[in-house]
Amino acid sequence: MGMTGMKYAVGLLLAAVLAWTTQSFAADITLAPPTDVSVEDVPDDIGTQMLVMWSTSPSEAALVAGKRALAGYAIFRRVAETGDGLESIGEQATGASEIGFPANFDFQAEQPIGSVSYGRTRFVDENVEAGSTYLYAVAATGPGDTFSPLAVAGFAVTAQMEYFNVGKLWFLIIMLMISLVIIGFVWYAKQGGEIKVRPIAGLEAVSEAVGRATEMGKPVLFVPGILDINDIQTVAGITVLANVAKTAAQYDAQLKVPTARSLVMTTARETVEAAYLGEGRPDAYNEDNIYYLTDEQFGYTAGVQGVMVREEPAACFYMGAFYAESLILAETANSIGAIQVAGTAMPSQLPFFVAACDYTLIGEEFFAASAYLSNDPEQLGSLKGQDIGKIIAAALLVLGCLIATLAVTLDTWRGWQIAELYIKDNILGTEGLVPNEEKVKIIDANIAVELESLAQQPHGGGDGS
Amino acid sequence: MIAKRTIPLFIAALVGVLMIATYFVPYTEKWGADAMEMFIILAAAAMVLGAGNLLLLNLSKISNRQPGWGYAGITLTAFFVTLIIGLFKIGAMPTSSAATNAWTAPVVQEGSPFWWIYKYGLVPLTATMFAMLAFYIASAAFRAFRAKNVEATLLLGTAFIVLLGQVYAGVWLTDFLPTLESYVAGFPAASQEFVLAVGMQVKAGVPLTDVVVGGVAYANMVGEHHALAIETNNYIGGWWYQLLNGLRLENLTQVILDVPQKAGNRAIMIGIALGIVSTSLKVILGVDRSYLGSAD
Repeated sequence: MGMTGMKYAVGLLLAAVLAWTTQSFAADITLAPPTDVSVEDVPDDIGTQMLVMWSTSPSEAALVAGKRALAGYAIFRRVAETGDGLESIGEQATGASEIGFPANFDFQAEQPIGSVSYGRTRFVDENVEAGSTYLYAVAATGPGDTFSPLAVAGFAVTAQMEYFNVGKLWFLIIMLMISLVIIGFVWYAKQGGEIKVRPIAGLEAVSEAVGRATEMGKPVLFVPGILDINDIQTVAGITVLANVAKTAAQYDAQLKVPTARSLVMTTARETVEAAYLGEGRPDAYNEDNIYYLTDEQFGYTAGVQGVMVREEPAACFYMGAFYAESLILAETANSIGAIQVAGTAMPSQLPFFVAACDYTLIGEEFFAASAYLSNDPEQLGSLKGQDIGKIIAAALLVLGCLIATLAVTLDTWRGWQIAELYIKDNILGTEGLVPNEEKVKIIDANIAVELESLAQQPHGGGDGS
Repeated sequence: MIAKRTIPLFIAALVGVLMIATYFVPYTEKWGADAMEMFIILAAAAMVLGAGNLLLLNLSKISNRQPGWGYAGITLTAFFVTLIIGLFKIGAMPTSSAATNAWTAPVVQEGSPFWWIYKYGLVPLTATMFAMLAFYIASAAFRAFRAKNVEATLLLGTAFIVLLGQVYAGVWLTDFLPTLESYVAGFPAASQEFVLAVGMQVKAGVPLTDVVVGGVAYANMVGEHHALAIETNNYIGGWWYQLLNGLRLENLTQVILDVPQKAGNRAIMIGIALGIVSTSLKVILGVDRSYLGSAD
């Protein structure tokens, strides 16, 4: 027998062994199906998800030749089109009353819609359509395409689209509350109400920085971050740019704005042009000073660094969204002795700006900058609204801490326990307005156990120490 | 006036309200996605503006022999080489289904010249820029950590603890302070496992009465185990151990990160959230119009 013949024989032998082990497995064990299959429409969605749940099969712990007999679970479904049509491979649209799984279900002909590994008891079907009714079944799967009998859910469920996400109701309430306060103060300022705003050192320094650049005959560099105009930080940066441009126009300083996005460039051009026009200096406006470098983060950083080193601006402003480039830019400007003012809402970059810049607008100060610099009463009113928002947030924080502390300390007082649950799950979580009944029952049961153990403890008893 | 102010303000307000609605009303999620797609299309179209600006600016730098005009030459060369190779898919292998049509090649194909430019040109350059950050951090830290006043001294002290607490030197420096493991090591080998199990639970805040070791609850422990459980609870739960163990640099670092750092960070985050609400409202209501430029 030659080498080819030998290989052929070994191949045949292996195939025979494989066939025998598969056969012997099928003969050795019959997988039990999972139990308690149930289906729920996923709440607060647009009707595109269904949650299938079950209890694990009794065969989970079974071993065959030292290996796990149950590999996972396969999920099957039937659909009845009661609403919009559904087109999906391997499904037969039938009337709602007709959907069901036959006793002699053909596992080879029908493809499962999904599968999960052993131990799992949940599957989210993300490919359903609102208005259609679905019936689900789950089968345990073993090696060699073996299946347990199907465990069919008790009833079919219709996928429903919710018109409002109840889980976010508290978020909406708090947001509306703060928004109304802000709008109220804007209206108050519009009516001529007096708004007092504390001085912000970083913003007071804008005039100083631009004035210094004018005296030194050097340009002012404004960096509006590296994100596009759809980011609120870039919008805030552009509004600060409007005010810096006004000051530059007044002092006749040269303002340079390299951008990382084309749309930011066009917006910045419009803004700066309007500022120069407003100050009666349209002749001093040079469109070429506001230019696009690149979208690439470090390519842009290198470009701005080059501008800094070659043109040595006397003042550098960083207003917008920054990432790792923040310190590279600030340290380079520091090395050329520029006065630097930074403002960002990226918490991870704030320490770098604080360390390297002369002034830093931290978070809310950055968003307050345009209102502060514009001195527009309506915009200043929004700042007052923000302050009230902070008071509300602080009051909620203190109240939350107090309730959480009392709930831990007085663990048999139902009111505090429920209040803590409500704050965690409803106000900060996604339970909506009504507390979860199951969790309330658990709290009641825990309190009952605690009270019982207290009643059984002998008076004056300790741990024996 | 209408074209430059009223219509943009109306679009900003409409899209702003729509984006808020998408968060609360599931039905409008698709509208929000559509609005974002429109923005992407707009941004892609604006790329032409950006590229045009880049060309004009660098060409004028070269023609005017401005300082650093050589860099402008390099920029334009890199721009055109990458553009041509990428656009015409030079050197890329067509797919097997249309082997004669070079245009069927994927945009970024491993081994193609365009991929080569990215892999061996852009990526190393980007990595180089990022690597420079380490040196900038050192120079910024050197300036920031000079003990000029009380605040700077506090910053220096805190930074020193946190830096040391992250490296082995910090662990080594305060190695003499007690840990649960060092306490357990003081017991005979036969009792160590039991003491460790009790100590870990006490350390996690479990009251002694709820401690369970090997399925035996504290109330059912007898003899030596009962005495050991009480002794371990008194020591590990005692203020002396808590104080000394807390002074270990790695523990002190964790406390600094978990308490003052986190509190400060969250305060900043609350301020940022309020600022975002306020700025968004100003844009949606048209109170802040500076980003629109002039109406003329």
